Amino acid sequence: MELLKFSTAGSVDDGKSTLIGRLLYDTNSLTTDQIQAVEAASKRKGFDYLDLSLLTDGLSAEREQGITIDVAHIYFNTDNRKFIIADTPGHVEYTRNMVTGSSNSQLSIILIDARKGVIEQTHRHFFIANLLQIPEVVVCVNKMDLVDYSQEVFNKIREEFEQFVKGFDRLHQNLTFIPASSLKGDNIVNPSESMTWYKGPTLLAYLENVQVNQDINTKDARFPVQYVIRPQSEEFHDYRGYAGRVVSGQLSVGDEVVALPSNLKSKIKQITTFDGNFETVGAKQSVTLLLEDEIDITRGNLITKVGNEPKTDKEFIAQICWMDTTPSVPGGKYIIQHSNNRVKAMLRDVDFIVNTSTLEKDTERKQLKLNDIAQVQVKTAQPLFFDAYEQNKANGSFIIIDEGSKNTVAAGIIL
Amino acid sequence: MNNHLKTLEEESIYILREVAAQFERPALLFSGGKDSITLVHLARKAFFPAKFPFPLVHIDTGHNFEETIVFRDWLVNKVGAQLIVGSVQESIDQKKVAEETGKYASRNALQTVTLLDTIEKHKFDACIGGARRDEEKARAKERIFSVRDDFGQWDPKRQRPEIWNHLNGMINFGENVRVFPISNWTELDVWSYIKQENMELPSIYFTHKREVFERDGLIFPASPYINMDGEAIFETDVRFRTVGDMSCTAAVLSTADNVDDIITEIKASTISERGARFDDKRSEAAMEKRKLAGYF
Repeated sequence: MELLKFSTAGSVDDGKSTLIGRLLYDTNSLTTDQIQAVEAASKRKGFDYLDLSLLTDGLSAEREQGITIDVAHIYFNTDNRKFIIADTPGHVEYTRNMVTGSSNSQLSIILIDARKGVIEQTHRHFFIANLLQIPEVVVCVNKMDLVDYSQEVFNKIREEFEQFVKGFDRLHQNLTFIPASSLKGDNIVNPSESMTWYKGPTLLAYLENVQVNQDINTKDARFPVQYVIRPQSEEFHDYRGYAGRVVSGQLSVGDEVVALPSNLKSKIKQITTFDGNFETVGAKQSVTLLLEDEIDITRGNLITKVGNEPKTDKEFIAQICWMDTTPSVPGGKYIIQHSNNRVKAMLRDVDFIVNTSTLEKDTERKQLKLNDIAQVQVKTAQPLFFDAYEQNKANGSFIIIDEGSKNTVAAGIIL
Repeated sequence: MNNHLKTLEEESIYILREVAAQFERPALLFSGGKDSITLVHLARKAFFPAKFPFPLVHIDTGHNFEETIVFRDWLVNKVGAQLIVGSVQESIDQKKVAEETGKYASRNALQTVTLLDTIEKHKFDACIGGARRDEEKARAKERIFSVRDDFGQWDPKRQRPEIWNHLNGMINFGENVRVFPISNWTELDVWSYIKQENMELPSIYFTHKREVFERDGLIFPASPYINMDGEAIFETDVRFRTVGDMSCTAAVLSTADNVDDIITEIKASTISERGARFDDKRSEAAMEKRKLAGYF
């Protein structure tokens, strides 16, 4: 069975929790005790309806305020597919958590309240989906029951959204529009009887059938070394294996490979796992490589095929999202974690900070605050071996760590 | 191999290797339940043909199912691991914690103190645990690398963002990280994997005759560790869906004597796994509260 990871984004009161609740409820994914717990808690709060957000808002502070603060991961499956939902907050002050939840998604659902249409938050949600280059975006126009299931309203929102999207230099997404009512269950799992004018799939049918994994780079072999395995036992006396996960491309026994940064070459002697050896491995596989020659390779080094090396540089341009409450120090020194490498780095310059709603660029401000998205010039103490994020997500993304607090203060993609 | 189990396995192996590489003194918290047994299996795969480079740590409440302890010792011997036991009884004897009283007395909450003491004593900087996000709504919020302060506390509002596959294990002295490599697995995934990998489990997961009693709609094992309140004891066919302290783990009526039957049973079940754990029912935020204090 295939696995689809998707994220949901929507403003407060757009009905995001209800949408998720409806998906779970109509696919029989909830257990009796979960439903009973929600019933009891709803009653305690004095509600005369089931507050399905109680299923996903797992923190006391969230239930208290009725908002989603941090990402919840929710799991369900149908006969066709397994799903992992990253339920991300819509509030602007939790943009960083939205980035967190969306970064591993193959698909993003953006919720729009049919009565309100495209609003500032919608812009921000799409901006992030675009920044992270999530291949599929579903615009779910919710609460259609409150606008008399009007086709006209739906079409107007769709046109407005398409107009906004034209403002982007690069569009990485397939866009799909679905009119729905989570509360009444229209077009979420069951087709709507009130919107016969809509001929497309329900949300669930769409999620079950959309093609996934199309954004994995199969061309460029990249194997960052995570850990060197040396059993030092009688049986495996001279064993030296390089354990890691193929992040992109393929590797086969006999391939001529080069280790970066040493530039020393060798050939793959064996690709091994607990469950036996492989002739060829591809993206996402966690394996151990044995090479024909004894060369110096440690964690953070990259094994790649001769003639297919990534860029090696100490300077690059990146887009970053600042994620810490402490603002950035212009020209300050940080640690960059890229692949399995950690290097010292300096934020040399901020080219601009972008307003995610209007797409306007502020070239004056140089200090990044929480949730700012900016283009920056980065310099590292040692060279990194990277690809552009657009070519290779896994080898083109990084995080920035503050040396003092040890916190992850930013996420970045290499341009 | 089943496609999505393969995906989950590869992700977990990646996480386990990150732990070994990023930390100096990691440990694997082993409860003897199916999730931590799965972790041990994954750890063997991650470092093959070498042994996994961390000890197993068992926080022994003293109120365990005997079958779990027998299994623990068998597994430790089989994989050649080092076992460290932290004893709740010792913590009680040292007056660091006080035994709960009353009908619902349990040692479950006391575990946290013993766990934190054990972490401090051995200076562990990372503790690998088998918690899954599908178990409980507070766990659904937790990161794969969860940083704890020097009191072991979790602050959900100050969690580090975890983006793409970048796991940040950098910590200040005294802090430690809880690592959850099977965060993205569901109960059914674990069972499907146990079947696929032909893994062995403690016998209490399978049906057996046991003396039990009923309380608040749940079936509890009759044991000297529970303050039975004149409840009637009877014998019936049960198995355990989750394994915790004997005083807070309810049994389910079942005739499932093999993994296939268990999978069928779980698929048909209308009750969640934690529905049989009394420790979660104390309040709506029971798990969150325990996690804030340092539970895993």
